[in-house]
Amino acid sequence: MFLKEALPELFKCYQCLSCTLGCPLAEEMDFKPHQLVNLLILGKDKEVLNSLTPWICASCESCEVRCPNGVPLSELMDRIRQRALKEKIYKGKGFSLPLIFLKEIKKRGRIHEISLILGLKRLVGFRVSMEELRMGLKMFLKGKLRIRPPKRVSSESFKRIFEEVSF
Amino acid sequence: MKFAYYPGCSLEGSSREYDESLRAVCEALGIQLVEIPQWNCCGASSVHQVDFFLRIALPALNLLKAEEMGLPILAPCAACFLNVRRAKKALLENEKLRTKFSSLFSKNFQAKTQVFHPLWVFSKPEFIERSQELIKVKLSDLKLVCYYGCYLVRPPEITEIDDPENPHLMERIMEALGIQVIDWAWKVDCCGGSHSLLNPHLVKKLSKRLVQKAKESGAQGIVVACPLCQANLDLYQENQNMPIYYFTELMGFSFGIKEAKNWFKRHMVKPSLG
Repeated sequence: MFLKEALPELFKCYQCLSCTLGCPLAEEMDFKPHQLVNLLILGKDKEVLNSLTPWICASCESCEVRCPNGVPLSELMDRIRQRALKEKIYKGKGFSLPLIFLKEIKKRGRIHEISLILGLKRLVGFRVSMEELRMGLKMFLKGKLRIRPPKRVSSESFKRIFEEVSF
Repeated sequence: MKFAYYPGCSLEGSSREYDESLRAVCEALGIQLVEIPQWNCCGASSVHQVDFFLRIALPALNLLKAEEMGLPILAPCAACFLNVRRAKKALLENEKLRTKFSSLFSKNFQAKTQVFHPLWVFSKPEFIERSQELIKVKLSDLKLVCYYGCYLVRPPEITEIDDPENPHLMERIMEALGIQVIDWAWKVDCCGGSHSLLNPHLVKKLSKRLVQKAKESGAQGIVVACPLCQANLDLYQENQNMPIYYFTELMGFSFGIKEAKNWFKRHMVKPSLG
């Protein structure tokens, strides 16, 4: 199934570029938001799934609010990410955050920031720059990093949520 | 006034000063907070990238708990606020979805609970008035800009903000404290969000520019209402010495609450107040 089949609103796009012009990270992307929409319309899913753009997008939703035609750009980015993860197409580093984040939620019910960072490092490598080290140390000394993990959320309802999904 | 309090993960971690200042300000204003028992993470800015069911299910469980408490939700974290409101809207407008979740949680889910961010509450006329009565420390020399970022604002169908390109909720509260609020064009631009964890260069680029723009507007500080905005602007501004305040910290400080000093101690750029 083509990605465009789930998003019929895509075809309302007339390439006005409102999305790209308002995007704070457009210059970092390989395909700009309006180009991504065009590629989807053309059925070039392979290019889209291999693009870095969905992993550069910060989900700020400026594009969607400013689109004159109501193209759901944030849902589109999410659908691309979800499909890429499903097909194990891992681009850049961005893909690892949602995966580790979800793992942490499933485990504890809440995010413990240090565990999240360690989980990410385990996946993308433990190399730390001097700057990161300095920042981490300063945060620690300022009391910004909570060492003790929060209590686990263990209600039946919470467990039931994860019985519904395959993650 | 009484709320089901949903602090969220950041407020028990890196932004404890937001939690502490909010609790103190609520007490001063006569607002009672009852923490939602066993609340869980809302999924923040990550879970929607993996799965749409979880994006609704995780916040829905907190919504249900508040419903059982019979209280409206107060969510100070912008992501929690947006995600719970998104789940509520989806459930309220879609009976099938509501039935599905009612059976999943074995409860009769109404999804009518109101969901507020403290900005929406404190900017109501009654609390503006009460805030003015509580002022002990005058902040009239302070020139600040208000910064909203993304999740308090977009999408406006969910947040129901006063104006998605130029909101004024925070300004109203700050002006009530006597602070000189400067108008600027960057209040709803993105700080880079959770990119700080893996692509800090992206956050540096956006947050540094925001702080530069605030400085160019003549501001001595930036007021925020989101834990991620505060962390990014505070950590990634690169030697611009611009304090980033939570609006609740300024309220608390102005009300003469002594603990304010401890809140400010946790900032990377230490505010000159107190």
